[in-house]
Amino acid sequence: MKKGVKIGAVLAAAALILTGCSSNNNDAGADVKVGLAYDTGGKGDGSFNDAAFAGLTKAQTDLGVEFKEVEAGLNATDASREELLRLLADTGYNPVIAVGFLYGTALGNVAKDYPDVNFAIVDSVVDSPNVASLIFAAEQASYLVGVIAATASKSGRIGFIGGMEIPLIKNFEVGYNQGAKSVNPNIIIESKYMGPAGDNTSWNVPEKAKTATEGMIAKGVDVAYAAAGGSGLGMFQAIQAAGGPAKNLWAIGVDSDQYTIPSLADVKDVILTSALKRVDVSVFEVIKGVVDDAPLTGVQNFDLTRDGVGYATSNSSVEPFKAAADAAAEKIKSGEIVVKTVK
Amino acid sequence: MSRQKILNSLAAPLLAVGFSLVVVTIILFAFGSNVFEVFNSMAVYGTSPRSLTLMLNLATTYYISAVAVAIGFKMNLFNIGVNGQYMLGGMCAAAVAGSLNLPGVVAIPITIFVAIAVGAAWAGVAAWLKVARGVSEVISTIMLNFIALGLISYIIIRTNVGRAASFNVRGTEIIPPNGRMVGWNLLSPTIKVYGFIIVAALIGVLYWFVLNRTVFGYDLRASGLSVSAASASGVNSKRMVVIAMLISGGIAGMVGLPDLLGNDPYSYTLNFPSGYGFTGIAIALLGRNNPIGIAFGAILWAFLDVSSQILDIENVPREIVTIMQGVIVLAVVVAYELVRRNRVKSEQQNVGEALTQKESSAS
Repeated sequence: MKKGVKIGAVLAAAALILTGCSSNNNDAGADVKVGLAYDTGGKGDGSFNDAAFAGLTKAQTDLGVEFKEVEAGLNATDASREELLRLLADTGYNPVIAVGFLYGTALGNVAKDYPDVNFAIVDSVVDSPNVASLIFAAEQASYLVGVIAATASKSGRIGFIGGMEIPLIKNFEVGYNQGAKSVNPNIIIESKYMGPAGDNTSWNVPEKAKTATEGMIAKGVDVAYAAAGGSGLGMFQAIQAAGGPAKNLWAIGVDSDQYTIPSLADVKDVILTSALKRVDVSVFEVIKGVVDDAPLTGVQNFDLTRDGVGYATSNSSVEPFKAAADAAAEKIKSGEIVVKTVK
Repeated sequence: MSRQKILNSLAAPLLAVGFSLVVVTIILFAFGSNVFEVFNSMAVYGTSPRSLTLMLNLATTYYISAVAVAIGFKMNLFNIGVNGQYMLGGMCAAAVAGSLNLPGVVAIPITIFVAIAVGAAWAGVAAWLKVARGVSEVISTIMLNFIALGLISYIIIRTNVGRAASFNVRGTEIIPPNGRMVGWNLLSPTIKVYGFIIVAALIGVLYWFVLNRTVFGYDLRASGLSVSAASASGVNSKRMVVIAMLISGGIAGMVGLPDLLGNDPYSYTLNFPSGYGFTGIAIALLGRNNPIGIAFGAILWAFLDVSSQILDIENVPREIVTIMQGVIVLAVVVAYELVRRNRVKSEQQNVGEALTQKESSAS
């Protein structure tokens, strides 16, 4: 009996020490190795993929995790994407995070074979008990920057530059249009996509985005929003070349807070705000879940109520428009405004 | 084939691969990577059963693409449009296959036929433009690639052919199990070698046979070497252009089928792989339009693509493989030219020697 008490005490003490470790020590994640897979040419876009990277580095500093980044090669097929994810799972990475809906099919197959590994996928839904599907209400963020664009515009004409013409990006356009029209029902919106669905170059053709923006400026557009990954740089350059803020020409970025991205420092002055899609937050939450032994699973909706989307305020020029945007955000949160989506 | 001839035909690709290895070694060295370790890990990972299976599957696709390009090359036609031809062919074939509910022996030939017909028709546009309007097939096929992409995206997004395949992905109706060519677990218990590899091999045999053992193949090669000489001997060069382009396009139409019929999601989605046509051009150059040479080229290319997956894990930029492939293509073109000059020189020497012998024996 006495012995039993003793063991119990030791166990209790051990439990205390263990819980102490996992909640207070910022090296709790030291034995967690995160595997993150981008798609072809993803990293370095200053936007969507770099937001995932930001979440990863935050997890490294705050939680002390190790990580490994991989990227799908040229001519990537579902089979080769699947192999990449398997490689990560096989070499002991857990969680394994796939950035982009292109990994949807591949991740579904891999997750079944590795029930003990936690997976996460951005922008897609995979129905498996060990997968967290990270979904973003990008249309809500786009609505808010639409409100800002319409308020900032003096000409009554604003622009939209889309990457690939797919439903995912159409949602950015639809939300933007709805937001802009809520301020000025007569506003004219010029819209241009960098490529049809299936044209994987769409995300990386800044020169094309530049030409498109120049065309829009010539038509009188004074505020333009790009949801086009790496192509967005071209829009920033065109607006800067045309005179930028001095001539009341503004650009709106996407996904990351592009005003603060080092590789965009040359053009940051024209970036009034960015529609934030907090891929960084979601990636961090996934990693934290694994570190805390409470992995995220199921469909995780990152919307305004969860601060999963929003707009950036790091450029102080956005001050005059904040009131309008914040009011719209409250109405969306309360359900008074429902932002439309396409399927 | 004489030993000299075999040596000559092997010399160029081997030189090219050797040269590219040297270039990559220098680059790796400059990066500060352990060169031996990098090549070793690629070799170890690349020869695992799963990787070998992926390699064979990828090589199947590359092979078909390269043969399609090679037929054009034989006729001095540059079919840069294999990309558009296979994407459009694959999409139409997938749409038809998805709507069929027939036994495999009926459904699969229909699917293949549709792919061939659509690929040939799309290449036929370029052929018509060339013979009727004198438009260079290089320009027209590049343009047609873009048009095909736009057309596919329109059909899948705006018409009933497309449906939501998975979240954020649209594609054609999923092909029922009967209509698939899944393949066999030859090397690995978890992943299958594509059944379409048989079709690819048949294409290679047919290509060799038609080109080397038929009158048509003779005419084709003759017009490729010299249009004027061929037409002097009664070959209608315009007809040859159209036929060669149609065959090239027909084979190109099948490039997407190994993936489509052998792997998830058994549907032509908007993220169907989109660069096989250009890889085919490189492999046709590497394999010197020879059916066996192309097979080796396709396997080498696929091996490099598959084994490069390990590089990210090893903290080596995987772009070194892309550099390697680029260098191989450049080097192979240069090497062929050097080998050709060498051959011409040795032939001239032989002729010269034979002539002097003849003269001395005559005198």
